[in-house]
Amino acid sequence: MSSNRYTGGEIILKALADQDVEVVFGYPGGVTLPLYNDIYKQNSLRHVLVGHEQGGVHAAEGYARSTGKTGVAMATSGPGATNTVTGLVDALMDSIPLVCITGQVTSALIGNDAFQEADTTGITRPATKHNYLVKSTEDLARIIHEAFYIAANGRPGPVLIDVPKDIIMGMGEYVGPEGIEPRNYKPQINGDREAIEEAVDMLASAEKPIIYAGGGVINSGPEASQLLQKLVKMTGFPCTTTLMALGAYPTTDKQFVGMPGMHGTYEANLAMYGCDVMFNVGARFDDRVTGNTALFSPGSQKIHVDIDPSSINKNIAVDLAIIADATSFLTDFITIWNEKQPKLNHKAHEEWWKEIESWRSVDCLGFEQDSKADIRPQYALTQLSEALNGSDYYVTTDVGQHQMWSAQYIQFDEPNRWMTSGGLGTMGYGIPAAMGVQLAHPESSVVCVTSEGSMMMNVQEMATIAKEGLPVKILCLHNKVLGMIRQWQELFHENNESECDLSQGPDFPKLAEAMGFSAMVCEKADDVEGSIKEMLATDGPVFLLMHTDRMENVFPMIPAGAAHNEIVLGPNQKLVPADDKDNVMA
Amino acid sequence: MNNFYNDKVQDHTFSILVENEPGVLARVIGLLSGRGYNIDTLTVAEVDEEEGLSKITIVSSGTPMVLEQIRAQLERLVPVRAVSDLTVDGPSVERELALVKVAGEGESRVESLRIADIFRARAVDSTNTSFVFEIVGSTEKLDAFIELMKPLGLVDVSRTGVVAISRGAEPI
Repeated sequence: MSSNRYTGGEIILKALADQDVEVVFGYPGGVTLPLYNDIYKQNSLRHVLVGHEQGGVHAAEGYARSTGKTGVAMATSGPGATNTVTGLVDALMDSIPLVCITGQVTSALIGNDAFQEADTTGITRPATKHNYLVKSTEDLARIIHEAFYIAANGRPGPVLIDVPKDIIMGMGEYVGPEGIEPRNYKPQINGDREAIEEAVDMLASAEKPIIYAGGGVINSGPEASQLLQKLVKMTGFPCTTTLMALGAYPTTDKQFVGMPGMHGTYEANLAMYGCDVMFNVGARFDDRVTGNTALFSPGSQKIHVDIDPSSINKNIAVDLAIIADATSFLTDFITIWNEKQPKLNHKAHEEWWKEIESWRSVDCLGFEQDSKADIRPQYALTQLSEALNGSDYYVTTDVGQHQMWSAQYIQFDEPNRWMTSGGLGTMGYGIPAAMGVQLAHPESSVVCVTSEGSMMMNVQEMATIAKEGLPVKILCLHNKVLGMIRQWQELFHENNESECDLSQGPDFPKLAEAMGFSAMVCEKADDVEGSIKEMLATDGPVFLLMHTDRMENVFPMIPAGAAHNEIVLGPNQKLVPADDKDNVMA
Repeated sequence: MNNFYNDKVQDHTFSILVENEPGVLARVIGLLSGRGYNIDTLTVAEVDEEEGLSKITIVSSGTPMVLEQIRAQLERLVPVRAVSDLTVDGPSVERELALVKVAGEGESRVESLRIADIFRARAVDSTNTSFVFEIVGSTEKLDAFIELMKPLGLVDVSRTGVVAISRGAEPI
């Protein structure tokens, strides 16, 4: 027998080592016991025992999103595997590279309704980019390497490998990752040159251009963000980035007009509506961005660059489509632009910027904090952003009002610093994601902004964070209600607060202390700045419960099914009515 | 561009070459049902044993936007080697086979044989009171034949669904 033969468990660990995996988020179970015996015998791979498999997958997502590497999660068969499903779909929607290894009952028992058996590959088929049921230990190494290739190449996503117990215990040959790639999966990286030339001509001839960047720019690596900044600077054009792309372009820069979409800025949405050339790199015309597709940016020619051909013409028909990786495309685009030295219509652009500045002057995110009044979440997050400014920080969020305010009020000048559940909108994402981020960046400030509804969905991971000695800071905006639900009920459902009250919730500081966190409470506007600074300065995991105004709504807002020019401003912005079309379409 | 969003539903035939691995058919079908696309007919069989490839033929209907999505989504699946929308990629040949069981006596029995002859359908099973006809042709031809058999004692039909291939020398 050759010396290259190992048990399935050993093969898994060797393959993970060869894929440069440093940390795995997992939970053992009956069928993965032999694998965990192998994990016990080594110390190169860090295994984090999570509280729940969903938390493990979100932690792997946070790790992946903040490093650009592939995150790894492990679970046992049956309930372990089914618990990963939400995390897998979350990663699928937000294009996060993950490999999830699940145990399965012994091959001979598959289909017999064995103890802790579930049809994991069947259940996760639409939840993953691809999945495998391993039939022989001889295939295991190749499948793991192939899974890493698929997870990270093309449009990234989660790949699941279901490994029956007998395959983990059986013997097979180990092969390294060199030269292993799937037979059929060959994503197109470089865009068509003629199409890129056409894109240069289209953008150069624009009078009212907008550059609209999405999560694809972040997924392509930090170089893509630098290239995007170069492009925006050299053209002088306005830039908007989606929720998934915050940080791909510095949010503090003057050419940044804010985020587009349902809770995007007034200026970003009116620029999207009124532009004559829309230049989309790595965004997918999500319905939260487009609003009513029939009324979406009616007068513009649209260029769409995406690595995933199925994103083209899915929601919005475009005039020019280019299949490419963002880094490759932006490199080519800038080169061709420089070769062509196109003459720009500076006069038109001046007018366009004047128009944008008039929208910006509405100050759609403006707010006032009365020091005697309830703390406004906008104020709390502005203070958080200012306290973080200049430091090395990462922010994760959960889902709801606090997420939108975080997107609006926290500034990011670099990619991979902002982790949020965009596509799936998974409440319970923020705390485990922060754990993954902090593990990858032990010296950085990692703050999870959450609220009591989301927090309770994966609250058990607070114990994991404390157990692992991770100094994660959790800022919980405590409005005692499911805020986004209450907002929609107020605006669209007769103001009936149906099943959204959380005022009877647990004693959060006690809960946090029980989990191993230091707990702080802030109830007064005057204390916001100080308590946030104290939270950031305190060693170890810290939980800050920030009491906020229960009735606050997220504005601006484009109601579902409305067009961008029907954007609704907040009560503070009593300027030109947004639905005044003459104003919009000057 | 204008006709892209229009709601005019068309039938298209997709030819999909896939790795013959477990679950690949479930992947393809799950994709279509999960995204709300129609499957009018579906056939599948191994076509290249050496390479381990199967071919799936699907007839689906939808607006131009949906039909373009179906192709792009199918191409995204890892075990899919090639996808052709035969309806737009050039001329193709489509065939379907049906087995049609007709029960009856007397004049209607004779009449069913006469019509089968016109359609070049073959009787592949016969009893004193029934025939099973085998008929090959376009979907429309099979529909017409089955329609004519209804008053003559049609009792059961099995159809393969459409198989199709592009005309000319090139593979998919």
